[in-house]
Amino acid sequence: MLSRTADHMYWMSRYIERAESLARLVDAHYRMSLLPHDGETLALSLGATMRALHMEEPYRERYDSIEPRAVFEFVSLDREFSGSIFSCLRAARENARAVRGSLTSELWETLNSTWLEVRTLVSRNSPHPDIGQFVEWVKERSHLTRGVTIGTMLRDEAFHFTRIGTFLERADSTARILTAHQTDLKPGADAGSVPDPFEWSVLLRALSAFEVYRRVYRDVITPVRVAQLLILRDDMPRSLLRCCKEVYSNLKSVRNEHSAETERRAGEIHATLHFTRMEDVLVHGLPEFLEQFLARLRDLGDRIASDFLVPPAEA
Amino acid sequence: MANKPYSEMHLSEGSTRQHYLSYDHWLKEQPAERLSQKRAEADALFHRVGITFAVYGQEEGAERLIPFDIVPRVIPLEEWIRLEGGLKQRVRALNAFIHDIYHDQQILKAGVIPPEQVLCNSQYRPEMQGVDVPGGIYAHIAGIDIVRDDAGEFRVLEDNLRVPSGVSYMLENRKMMMRLFPELFSAHRVAPVDHYPDVLLDNLRSVAPTGVADPTVVLMTAGAHNSAYFEHAFLAQQMGIELVEGQDLFVRDEAVFMRTTQGPQRVDVIYRRIDDDFLDPLVFRPDSMLGVPGLLTAYRAGRITIANAIGTGVADDKSIYPYVPEMIRFYLGQSPIIGNVHTWMLRKKEDLDYVLAHLPELVVKEVHGAGGYGMLIGPAATKDEIEAFRRQIIATPERYIAQPTLALSTCPTFAGVGLAPRHIDLRPFVLSGRDVTIVPGGLTRVALREGSLVVNSSQGGGTKDTWVLEAF
Repeated sequence: MLSRTADHMYWMSRYIERAESLARLVDAHYRMSLLPHDGETLALSLGATMRALHMEEPYRERYDSIEPRAVFEFVSLDREFSGSIFSCLRAARENARAVRGSLTSELWETLNSTWLEVRTLVSRNSPHPDIGQFVEWVKERSHLTRGVTIGTMLRDEAFHFTRIGTFLERADSTARILTAHQTDLKPGADAGSVPDPFEWSVLLRALSAFEVYRRVYRDVITPVRVAQLLILRDDMPRSLLRCCKEVYSNLKSVRNEHSAETERRAGEIHATLHFTRMEDVLVHGLPEFLEQFLARLRDLGDRIASDFLVPPAEA
Repeated sequence: MANKPYSEMHLSEGSTRQHYLSYDHWLKEQPAERLSQKRAEADALFHRVGITFAVYGQEEGAERLIPFDIVPRVIPLEEWIRLEGGLKQRVRALNAFIHDIYHDQQILKAGVIPPEQVLCNSQYRPEMQGVDVPGGIYAHIAGIDIVRDDAGEFRVLEDNLRVPSGVSYMLENRKMMMRLFPELFSAHRVAPVDHYPDVLLDNLRSVAPTGVADPTVVLMTAGAHNSAYFEHAFLAQQMGIELVEGQDLFVRDEAVFMRTTQGPQRVDVIYRRIDDDFLDPLVFRPDSMLGVPGLLTAYRAGRITIANAIGTGVADDKSIYPYVPEMIRFYLGQSPIIGNVHTWMLRKKEDLDYVLAHLPELVVKEVHGAGGYGMLIGPAATKDEIEAFRRQIIATPERYIAQPTLALSTCPTFAGVGLAPRHIDLRPFVLSGRDVTIVPGGLTRVALREGSLVVNSSQGGGTKDTWVLEAF
């Protein structure tokens, strides 16, 4: 397939996944904001999340302080901020439109309707939608898009590139959310310590992992177990291991004559996570582990781009 | 307008033409609410599917629907057969003309067309002189604009031989009609059009460079911001071929390749939907970001087919149009089955004098204009507009032609509250390759404003489904 087509497919799915991740984060914080709580914890959690997503600076240009309501609107609905959910849905649709002939008509219509609806919802002339309902709707649209992708697309290269985009983005998002919330998890952390339940449940809910945690551990929430669930569990759909496994297997399906090294690195990341124990993760502390992981993920993304998506000019 | 326009549906007040009887009967039975609900449904569907066109000069990303009218334009089979014969004849002659112009120029030597009319035309491409193209075919896809005059005669208004568009609307309008009113299609024998992409692909493969057994065909677009982008993406998808932009292609050793995820892949036929000027920045416009450097070298070496060929514009120019009937006689030795609209060429003194004396009754067009821009419709113009145009004509008469104001035929159309007659034209698509083929039908455009004769979508025109009715 055309490199440019693959590039648009890849970014189309990354942007949809990104919109969903943001919607989950907003949703989790929004729910917490409705409970009786100490406002400072919520603001701290929001601030850490914004920093991990590199959103703090553009936000500060517009607002003076971390004010939950303003953060929710900024992240979800802002038409000018290129990182908002609104902008992600627009970017997903623009990428889809550039290759609409390579998408199934169901997939194109799903992405196009999402855009037409969000454009109406976030119209300049009407009051902003309820945030809770909005992020719920975004998650549903993302589920629908993914379902239509899996349910209608031929299992060819185009499909594999959309999957690579989805799982790279998801791994990136999980790692960043962990970064924002796990800064104090150091070697020798007391595995039995009872953390702030407020913050942990935000984290778990943001990753659809709250109920999963209960099922898997049937016990109180501890930081080490949370990290284990989100990093090393193969059966947890948003864990780093699961995402990297998917990236690796989809990458194998599209290999070309330049991609051997990229494939090896993807395999290495996957194997490392697969054979790593929680003790190993904590040797140098979680922050360092996550930082290294994000750097390797970035390297992988760059290599995929130059091997397949934006090959260096020829002739 | 002197004469009453021909009505496609009615013989006279209260009397319906034979081929519309059954439809008219059905229409009268439909409750008004059902029809307006169906019209709303059509709009919603067109939006969701994204059958839109970009409007130049508006906010970036602005996309608009072309209004779709639910009353079909019906052509009885025997009229279609005659039309089809006339179209094939005309396009054969036009292809012969372009080949002749870029080779021996016999028609110029014979004095049928003044040489300066052709050789000084900005659409004449000296780069094409002596270049042989597969099968001698230049205009592989031709969109011929047909109108019906007040006597009910079909006439050719314009030949579009460069990058004619609109065929996706022919296909989507049919799909929409079948979805909205399936019962009409079980009650009428409407000739199918949905095989057009297959015929087109087959046609494009048949003109691949000699010796290529299994040619790779691609469709080349200027990109997602082009006004006809929907059609480009649609056709590429329907044919199962890659939709490429200039940046996806490159030329190496006089051969054309596309950049794919599996490395370079050879391309044999380019169905291009961008103008000559943008194809190759090394030869034409050096500032073109849309083209492929070196494409013309590969083309002249016979390693790639470009459809339509480079330089076809020399035959669809309004200054050449008046000579097409002569071409048919010259190359085919036949008399034209479909005539032209009478045309005054203002570079001729006697034509100029006549036209200047009759401006309020005539339509004056710029020779190189397109899309309904740069024209004067005398009967609809104000005195000031006419005088302004008169000054332009006198300054550069050779830039203009004039035609009588045609009473384009009318077809009932939803306008405001109910049905009212609106003027229409017809653009059938003629494919030339191994054979000349036409899918029965075409794009019917309708001028939605009362009395308007301008059917272009950029000027408030809409479209209708076009039925060739096999039995009624």
